[in-house]
This record gives sequence, C-alpha cells and structure tokens, in this order.
Amino acid sequence: MEVVARKTIEVEVNGESYEREVEARRLLIHLIRDDLDLTGSHIGCDTGNCGACSVLVDGVLVKSCMMLAIQADGTKIETVEGLARDGELTALQQAFSDHHALQCGYCTPGMLMSATALLRVNKHPSEPEIRKAIQGNICRCTGYVNIVEAVKAAAE
Amino acid sequence: MTETTVSPERALVVEEGGEAQRGFIGTNVPRKEDKRLVQGEGVFFDDVKRHEMGFVYFVRSPYAHARIKSVDVAKALELDGVYGTLTGDEVAILTDPFFELSTPPGAHIKDYALAVGKVRHVGDPVAAVVARTRELARDAAELVEVEYEPLPLVLDAEEALKDDVILHEDAASNTVWSGVFDWGDFDAALSEADHVVRIERLHFDRFSSTPLECSGCVVEFNRGTGQWTIHGNHQMPGIGAIWMAPALRVGIDKLRFVSQDIGGGFGNKITLHPQYTACCLLARKLNRPVQWTEWRTDQHTANTHGNERTFLDVTVPVKADGTMLGFSVRALDDCGAFPRYEPLGCIIWAQVTPGCYRWRNVRVDFTQVCTNKSPVAPNRGYSRMQHLWLTERIVDIVSHELGLDPIEVRKKNYVKHEEFPYETPNGCIYDSGDYARCLDIALDLIGYSSLEEKRRDAESRGKLFGIGIGSTLDSGTNNFGQSMILNPELQFSGNNEVATVKLDIFGEVVVTLGTVPQGQGHETTSAQVVADILGCTPDDINVRAGHDTYWNSTAGFSGTYASQFAVTGLGAVKGAADKLAVEMKQLAAAVFGCSPDDIELAESQARIKANPEAALPFMALGAILNANNAGLPPELDVTLNVRHVYRPPFEKPDLERKYGNLTLTYATQIHACALEIDPETGVYEVVDYAAVDDCGNRIHPQIVEGQVHGATAHALGAATHEIFTYDEEGNLLTPNFYDYHVPHALDMPPIKTGFIESASPFTPLGAKGMGEGGGAGIHAVCAALQNALGRRGEGPIVWRSCNPSQGVWELLQSPEKTRKLVSVESR
Repeated sequence: MEVVARKTIEVEVNGESYEREVEARRLLIHLIRDDLDLTGSHIGCDTGNCGACSVLVDGVLVKSCMMLAIQADGTKIETVEGLARDGELTALQQAFSDHHALQCGYCTPGMLMSATALLRVNKHPSEPEIRKAIQGNICRCTGYVNIVEAVKAAAE
Repeated sequence: MTETTVSPERALVVEEGGEAQRGFIGTNVPRKEDKRLVQGEGVFFDDVKRHEMGFVYFVRSPYAHARIKSVDVAKALELDGVYGTLTGDEVAILTDPFFELSTPPGAHIKDYALAVGKVRHVGDPVAAVVARTRELARDAAELVEVEYEPLPLVLDAEEALKDDVILHEDAASNTVWSGVFDWGDFDAALSEADHVVRIERLHFDRFSSTPLECSGCVVEFNRGTGQWTIHGNHQMPGIGAIWMAPALRVGIDKLRFVSQDIGGGFGNKITLHPQYTACCLLARKLNRPVQWTEWRTDQHTANTHGNERTFLDVTVPVKADGTMLGFSVRALDDCGAFPRYEPLGCIIWAQVTPGCYRWRNVRVDFTQVCTNKSPVAPNRGYSRMQHLWLTERIVDIVSHELGLDPIEVRKKNYVKHEEFPYETPNGCIYDSGDYARCLDIALDLIGYSSLEEKRRDAESRGKLFGIGIGSTLDSGTNNFGQSMILNPELQFSGNNEVATVKLDIFGEVVVTLGTVPQGQGHETTSAQVVADILGCTPDDINVRAGHDTYWNSTAGFSGTYASQFAVTGLGAVKGAADKLAVEMKQLAAAVFGCSPDDIELAESQARIKANPEAALPFMALGAILNANNAGLPPELDVTLNVRHVYRPPFEKPDLERKYGNLTLTYATQIHACALEIDPETGVYEVVDYAAVDDCGNRIHPQIVEGQVHGATAHALGAATHEIFTYDEEGNLLTPNFYDYHVPHALDMPPIKTGFIESASPFTPLGAKGMGEGGGAGIHAVCAALQNALGRRGEGPIVWRSCNPSQGVWELLQSPEKTRKLVSVESR
C-alpha cells in the first residue's frame, strides 16, 4: 500500500470550490481555519468533546477536528459563514440574538450548525430533542437555557 | 425552561428639560456583538494571522517534581521547518523573575517564563519550539531531549505545611503567606453561647470554569521601536504588563495588548504572563511573528485551576434560638506550584467575611502553601466562593446538628433589609439588599409550600428528597488596597477604569473602553448609557470592539474581572459621556449665540429648548469642530473627544486591624435546589432549581439573566462532577473534556430565575457587578444533599464541595466516617 504523506484535495465550502495540497494528517478544521481562512468554526478541545468545530459535510453534522482533511476530498462543506445570505440572518441566527443565546460567541458557530442540522430533519423538535441535538456542543457561558429557547423559537 | 418573576418595575426615565422620557438603560436592546458572532465573523486571537508566523509548542514536564539535568534542542533544530527554540537557561539570562506579591517566604519564590533548574508540576514548560506549522512544532517538541532527576513530591496541602519536600528552595518553605484575622471578640462569643458546634474538616475541591477558548497569542516584535504587539486573550492586560515589562527589562509602553473577541475568561486568563513572556522572547529572538495556541490538555494540566481550600477546626458559637455569634477556622489554601496572582486570594475572601449574616465575631487563621500541582488563578467567584461555601456549610451543619430549620436559621441570621448600608466586623460596607425577600422568592419559585408533599412523593418512589439554599454575595469593584493587608510594601490601592467618548467628523459617536470583554456585552451596555445621556439611540453609537492598550483608554487596573464592569466600566462611560454632552452644548451655544443652559440634546441633535426647530444634528456639530471651525470663539475650549477615568471612593485599609471597605458593591444571589437521591446507587438528580439575583439597577436584564444562568451552570458542574484529581505521582486524571465532564445540555436541570433590584447608593448608575454569583449553586446542592441524607444529628456530613454520585454513595454507606467530623457542646 502506498503511504500518502501529502495529497491534493478539492472541496466545496459554502458554494466556493477550493483545491489545496495538504498533509495527510491535517485535520479538516485546520484546513478550514488555516488554509481557507474561514475562521468562524472554532477549536475548543483536543478530544472531539466540545463541538465548537461542528460543520456539515455533505449534509451530515461532523466535528471537523475528528476528520482528516483528505477524508473530505470531493465533499460539499457548510460552515457558519454560509448560513446567512446577502447579510440576511437565518431565522436561527436571529433567534440566537433575540433570545440572548450567546455571550462570548465561541461555541456559537458549532451550536448553530448542530441546530441547523436538527431543524433540517425535524421542523418542530421538542425540548428533549433539542437538548439531545446539541449535547455534543459545550457552552460555558449560557447554561444552555437561552440556546434551547432560541432553537425552539426558530422552529416556530 | 426559564421563568422570571417580575418585581415592581422601577421607572426608567431620563430627565431632559424637566420632561421624563423612557431611556434605553434597563431595556433589552439587541446586543451589538451578536451580528458578527452569529455569522462566524468575530475575531478571536487564533483568527489573527501574520505573514511567515511560526507556531509555538511548549515542551512540558512529565514529572511533578524533578531537577532538570539537561535540555538538548539540537535534534529539534535539525528538523526542516523548525525556526528556533527557547530554553529555561536562556530565559534565566534574558529576563528577571516575575515579581511576587507576597511577603516572605512567598516573596523569595523565583518564577520565570520557563522552568529554570527544576520542574514543579506535570506540564511545567521546560522549553519552547517554533516551527512552520502547528504539526511540525509538535513533532519538533518530541525531539527535544530533557534529562530529569525525579524528586520526592508533595500533593497535599497539610503535608506541604511540614516542609519535608520543598518546592521553592529560595523561599525555604512551602508556605507562601500566613496571617491571622481576628475581628470582634470570639472568646467572649464562645462563653456567651448555648451550643458550640465544631466541625473538624471541610474541603473545597479543585475545579476550573474552563473557558471554551483556550489561552494563546500572536506576538509581533518591532525591531525598530523595541515594541511588542500581543494579540491575545489576557483578560487583565494592565496587571499582565506590570508583570511582564520589568521581567523583560523594558518600559511598560513597549507592551501593546490587543484583543477583539475572547472566548470566555472567568478569571482563568489573568495569569498568562509566563507564556506571553516566552512568546515575546521568541518573537524577538527569531525576528518573526509567533503564534501560540494552548491545547485543551495543556490548559487543564498546566494553565490555571481554581483555589483548593481546606477548612480545619471550624468552631461556631450558637445561641439557643439559632442565632450564631460568629465562627473561627483554620483555612489552608493550596495554590499549586506557583502563587502568581494567588496570594491575593489570602485576603479577597475577607470581602465577604460574615457571608450574608450578622455575625460579629470571626477569627480566621489563613495559610497558603505550594504543592506539586498546576498553579491556580482567579476563577469565577474567586476566593469568596470558597469562603461563602464555608459560611453556608456552617449554617446547614449547625442547623442539621441542632435540629433547626436551615431556612429559619438563615432568616434569623441574615443582615436585615433595614440595616443597609451594613458594616461588617472587618469594615466592609454591604451597600444594599434584601436577602430574606430574595430567599422567599426562591422558595416560592420551587414551590416550597408543597415541600412535604414532594418529599412524600419522592419517598414513595424509594428516593431520598432534599432541599437546600445557597446564599451568596458577589462582591464587586475591588479596593486594591486590600493587597496591602497581604503585603504593606505593595503600592496598590483604590481602583480605576477608563472610557473615551468622541463625536467624530460625520456625527458618529465613538466609544472606546479600557475593559477586555469576554462575552459580557460591554459594547451593548455602553451604548445604552451613552445614548441616554446624548439623546440618541444605541444604534447611533459605535463602541469599538475589544481592547487595545494603544487606544489610550486604559489605566492601571483596566481589564474585565472581579464583577465590576457595571460600576467601573460604565462609570467611566457615563463620566465621559457627561463631559461630551457638556461640550456639545457649549459648541451649539457658541453657534447659536445663546447660553449652554438653553441647549438640550435630543433626537440626535443639539437644539434650543425653547425653539426645537433651531437644531444642529450631531453631524453638524462634528463637522463644525473638526473641519469647519473658523470663526468659533477663541475661548471655546471643546475637543468633542473626552476621556474619563472613573475612580471609586475608597480609603486605604487599616493594615494593623486588617480593617476597611474592600469592595464597593455586594450583589446578592440566593439559590434554592431540590434533589432526589437513589439510595441504592448515590445517583441524584436536581428536580427543581431557582436562582434569585439582586444586582441593583439592571442595565440590560437579559444580559444579567444570562450571567445568572452561566454562573449557575458552572456551580452545578462544580458541585456534581467537575473536579481536578491527581494520581499519587502528580498526574492530572482529568486533563481534557473527555475526563473532566462539564455540564452538557442534557445535564442541566430547568432553572427558574427571579430578581429584585436594590439600587446601590454608591455607584454611578445604582448598578452592581454580578457576573460571578458566588458559587451559589455549589452551596445549594451541598445543602440539599445534607438535607436529604439525614436530619437532627443523624446521617453523614457533606464535607466536600464536589459530590459526584460515587461520593454520595460512600456517604450513605459509611455515615460514621463523616459523622465523627462534627461535635456539639451544649450548655
């Protein structure tokens, strides 16, 4: 088997196509943040627990620190920067602001991606469903109270 | 689920021209910060990139205590893409040790940016490597060869006191600082008592609020000017610069701290000066920008934890009716390997000496020691939280032992509403409040009247049911004079904060803060205050995001810490806006040829009160002064760019008596918790929870409530599972979010919130700092566990702050083990 140390990959992120040569061990989050300069997705841990780096890869919610960049070759990726269109916030983003669902804003991009993924498959989630959907995202500021409220409001 | 009780709303008015109008203060205006943050357009330090910057990785000690025999970086330097290294030996030549706050022995500790000669905790940095990529820097760090000679270690504070193993030979003792605080007449109180309750031992466990964004910086060195720019997330750059500049042997203005958005701080980002100093040295040595992003494991292992404190020989004189006369205690604080900011924690608890209670006789024998564990730093509720946990455990254990109702005992002993402003035995002035009313609201929220019904219901399901209260004070706006109680040589006292407000050429109002926000909404609340004063809307105000030392809007104590923005930060903003309003009226009066008294500011205009048609929009004022000023009277002394330094009214404390007002405001948080325990397993669940806050006038109620939620979550995590534990070799067993479980969305119980507003008579806006909450949730959970586990002198004693289910199971299995910690002498 050939050992691949570097590879050229193509990804589409928020509708834009990118081609980059990356080290095989490069994490997807580092590709997104460092190589593509899309710094909205964040890093809060080394172990896949915090969810600050959550993005959608081909529509599937992924913690991008748990995936190698080369594994994302040929995929369509959505990050927080792709949510608003022409400066128009999504209902979920607006609800986060209206309900004070963010303080420092560090977990927010990942939280928004998890909630976006939820609302795409479940238009009217119950509170337990919302809490389950964001259980992989750690927030240290809000105690989740207003985040849950915001997701509920966005669903309505 | 969140429920808010609504207290009678105070009139929100702005007096303008004798006419009352509703202002923005006290309303939930949309947060200015949100639009960028929900779109991923915030700028955190790790988002800052510089051409050809190198990535820093610290080589860290695998030993808790060892002599460094050699450090060899040769193999690392051979790796392609490695830019350079830094070792402890270089640091010892290029810098002086950071200054120590304590008197001897702590004063003699030598603390550098990297370990020099010895390592003192697992994770202590011994060298740094800089390379082209993050991954390469980590590879290169693996190639640094360090030879260690392991030494005996000490992890327990009481063992450390014996000085059998000494961390800092220069200090010749593990004791950093010790002192006796003695107020009132404790011996007389003892002889007056009907009961004396003694508690042999209580222990406040080690944890940290673990901000989601780890620490870090991008440092650039300007060779021409010798100036460093540090794009980082230090939350108290003023004190950072005071530490770093002398160590680097440069003037303080050579250090420029810049931050825009910070991903939480909670105090954990106050002692970043060692790592920042290493990065400054590297940027200079390698002549390139360097970037350091701390890994989560490094943050848990080697950045900062909250104080761990053991309370020994607690003695409480009690009257027959449940009135407590005070307490005495030996407090032993474990600050880990280096004290850094920490000796201040030896004093800061004294801000809340008697807790919420009318206790007049208090004796505290306080000692702080070093151990071979991670250093500690301020952590949300800093030092007062540990002390308030003690006062709350005292109330609950005394009630438990004497068969009294802890709620009635609290009400009997609380400082009464009519006693404010209330002077504590050590001279602190509690400004305002109504603790009993807050408690009633909390009880009401959790349905206290149906308590017995709930208890019977739980018991019918085989569960143990408990209810507990946590009463706390969030003392805010420090008088730094308290540091002189620690060390009379320190030249710190009072406090200050800065804001500048200007009216720019196109009529834009620009506000620049000295604070370093980490999510507290400073841009929003500042705009509310300025809008009310200048007669415009928050949308008309541009509050610059973040902090920059070179904005000339900072003072010695600038930063965001210790629950003070609503007082110091907004006090500065108000002062500057008031001054600008005067200048705008003066300018308009000069243009109209009338008296400034004839001018009012309203609807984004300066206009003649008697003839509102005669109006100058802000844009005209800005343009006239800045670009079209010919013909203005020469004596008109306005700049439309004003700086105000808010300085709270403080005196230096009486050092002999350790007496004086140590903080300006005292916000209240009273929490009530109901829980059910499965006696078979010790697993318990919080089934009802209420938090009632009184922080005086609320500038932005939604932000206040958000802080209450967050502080509650931190406290519930700390009460139930967040704990830093070590193995016998000094390895941290909870070095990441995998092992250190912080509350997730499914862990949080429903939180009900309530509030009252007792305006502070001492602050510019009647507001009080409130972000820390005093750890009320920890106290409430401990109290509820105590209540569930047994009553009237029976059952185990909840003696630790962190009680995971395993711990509760052990308490249930062997109640006699903790029962013997308590004794009652009745006369």
